[in-house]
Amino acid sequence: MVWKRKDLLGLRDLSAVEIEHILDTAARLKGIFDRPVRKVPALRSKAVFTLFYEASTRTRSSFDAAAKMLSADTYAISPSTSSVTKGEGLVDTVLNLEAIGADAIIIRHSCAGASEMAAGTVKCSVLNAGDGMHEHPTQGLLDMFTIREKKGSLQGLKVVIVGDILHSRVAKSNIWGLCKCGAEVVLCGPPTLLPPEMAAMGATVEYDLDRALEGADVVNVLRLQLERQAKGLFPSIGEYSCLYGLDADRLRRAKPDALLMHPGPMNRGVEIRGDVADGERSVILEQVRNGVAVRMALLYLLLGGAEVAVD
Amino acid sequence: MLLIRGGEVFDADSGVLKRTDILVGDDGLIAVIGPDLEAGPGMEIFEADGLAVVPGLIDMHVHLREPGFVNKEDIRSGLEAAAAGGFTAVMAMPNTSPVCDNGAIVRYMYDKASGVDGARLMVCGSISKGLQGKELALMGEMVEAGAVAVSDDGRTVMNAELMRLALQYAGRFDLPVITHCLDEELAGGGAMHLGPVSLRLGLRGIPGSAEDIIVVRDILLAEEIGARLHIAHVSTLRSAELVRQAARRGCRVTAEVTPHHLTLTDEAVEGYDTSTKVSPPLRSEADRVAMIKALNDGTVGVIATDHAPHTVEEKAVEYDLAPFGLIGLETALPVLLTLVHSGTVSLECLLTAMSAGPAAALGVTGGRLATGLPADITVIDLNEEHTIDPASFRSMARNTPFAGWKVKGRAAATIVGGKVVFRR
Repeated sequence: MVWKRKDLLGLRDLSAVEIEHILDTAARLKGIFDRPVRKVPALRSKAVFTLFYEASTRTRSSFDAAAKMLSADTYAISPSTSSVTKGEGLVDTVLNLEAIGADAIIIRHSCAGASEMAAGTVKCSVLNAGDGMHEHPTQGLLDMFTIREKKGSLQGLKVVIVGDILHSRVAKSNIWGLCKCGAEVVLCGPPTLLPPEMAAMGATVEYDLDRALEGADVVNVLRLQLERQAKGLFPSIGEYSCLYGLDADRLRRAKPDALLMHPGPMNRGVEIRGDVADGERSVILEQVRNGVAVRMALLYLLLGGAEVAVD
Repeated sequence: MLLIRGGEVFDADSGVLKRTDILVGDDGLIAVIGPDLEAGPGMEIFEADGLAVVPGLIDMHVHLREPGFVNKEDIRSGLEAAAAGGFTAVMAMPNTSPVCDNGAIVRYMYDKASGVDGARLMVCGSISKGLQGKELALMGEMVEAGAVAVSDDGRTVMNAELMRLALQYAGRFDLPVITHCLDEELAGGGAMHLGPVSLRLGLRGIPGSAEDIIVVRDILLAEEIGARLHIAHVSTLRSAELVRQAARRGCRVTAEVTPHHLTLTDEAVEGYDTSTKVSPPLRSEADRVAMIKALNDGTVGVIATDHAPHTVEEKAVEYDLAPFGLIGLETALPVLLTLVHSGTVSLECLLTAMSAGPAAALGVTGGRLATGLPADITVIDLNEEHTIDPASFRSMARNTPFAGWKVKGRAAATIVGGKVVFRR
């Protein structure tokens, strides 16, 4: 297929064909990891800016690595050391980055819709690296890539997503993407973090984790933001862990070959037990590696990179 | 003298349009209403053939931003915008800076309005000093200066005891108390209506119950002490039902609905256009349909715009960071006429809710055309097709979700006290 989009804002906007195309491209580019020189000239002279208004380890460095492996020049803007501290707004910030020569701006922001707003402002590409509680499409894609790589296809798989669904942009991108590609998505968490209206996105809502896990092909455990407890969304970390923490016993309810995923950063002993996170079903670190491949694919497609010969 | 000739004049008693003439005296009062009036020497003639001539429209809920926020709007631009939208009178809310909580500010506002060729100004004072919800504002002094109602609009009086005292004290002046209903804890920093759309867009939601709980609280308080209560911008199905039941019990409660809650839903937030960010938020389709029903059955007898100007810069930010509010003075009539043209609401119902309804809720003159009454008259071309273009607004603000709407009908002229203050 011919890629036409300027931006990547969310998976809700994409078709199944587009998603598969991104994943196919990522699969080809992942081969670069195995080369003696892990760099191809596909995006030489392209300027990629990361503009992160929220903290990040994985996503930012992963985008940075992906851009560098494709020979793009990368620039990291941090609001704490930029004119944002002088009150410069998002619109002016992205306009200035474009004037400096940005071909792509990768934005993480605490406000939903921030990257959509930026995309409507500039002519260069905008990639959403997480906007508020809305979407985190590259995480969704790398989760799907990991599942597809291990299972061959997404069609008909039962994927259980456990945790704070309400506040999770990762969950939302996963729901849109997985449902479009034929997977069955089951959401699980306490009702205060999982409103029943979430079912309108195409997933099933289940409040009992043991029932949710029956016959699962994939279990994706979300990070619990501990400060939610102080806001009264659940009574204690301990009770959360009892009801919704994943341990080895519980995991046995899933299929024997079920994959265990987590977008990080983990609270070991809260939403997931350390032995499970490090166990044989865990693909958590492979997710991180695949994240680089998926982000290479996106930069490559959005910036119209030169043909990469991958054998 | 002004002779309005050949128009289709709205008769509030029968609710129909009838071709007749209106002669306005030099005192600004209606002198004669009747067919085929003779034009005399020196008379100004207004040819109203094919136009509807109706009682002046009254908007009892606008924010004119002066004093304090004249970068958004001022009394002059607001009253001119009102006239351009067909309104002959508007009531300005007190969330200015300083807050309109004493007689001096009320007088200052009337002073600013004098000499403006626009709608009449009515001033609404605050319920509490500084809108702080702690102590009663100087209601007696404000009434003396000409305030016609009190409200802490924009904020909810969260202390039920203070609200009860306000209703009691205002009763001394037969002053309507207007309540803005939104429980602040339940609203919880939300940016839009809580529902499937807010979950999809990742925006924090404001549940319908945040409104309903205060609506029922204030109805119970007013009922207990027999006070007069007006509920601002009702937006939910349950609130409408609560008002309906209260009115049935004989409670002295009136309510208003905005044009945007009659025509838009939370789906309009898709795309994060900050001109859709408003309080109370755009609700679900079920709520919108309930508001239409409440308007049609008389439960809600007032349409008010909640005209809330903001600068382009203030709205050109992330959705979460944008201020609440949208403007309505120059879009209300054309947008609401779409409901008439589609057969959803009758013209009689619309005109009543935009004139006699607010006049009754406030206890002011207006809402009918009759000999001896002030000649506050709106002339409407019901069929003029046009596209809503914010660039043409008299208002200083542009924050409307209706830009680009193809509509039919708008004010052709606005007459205040016999003077044509606006003519297209």
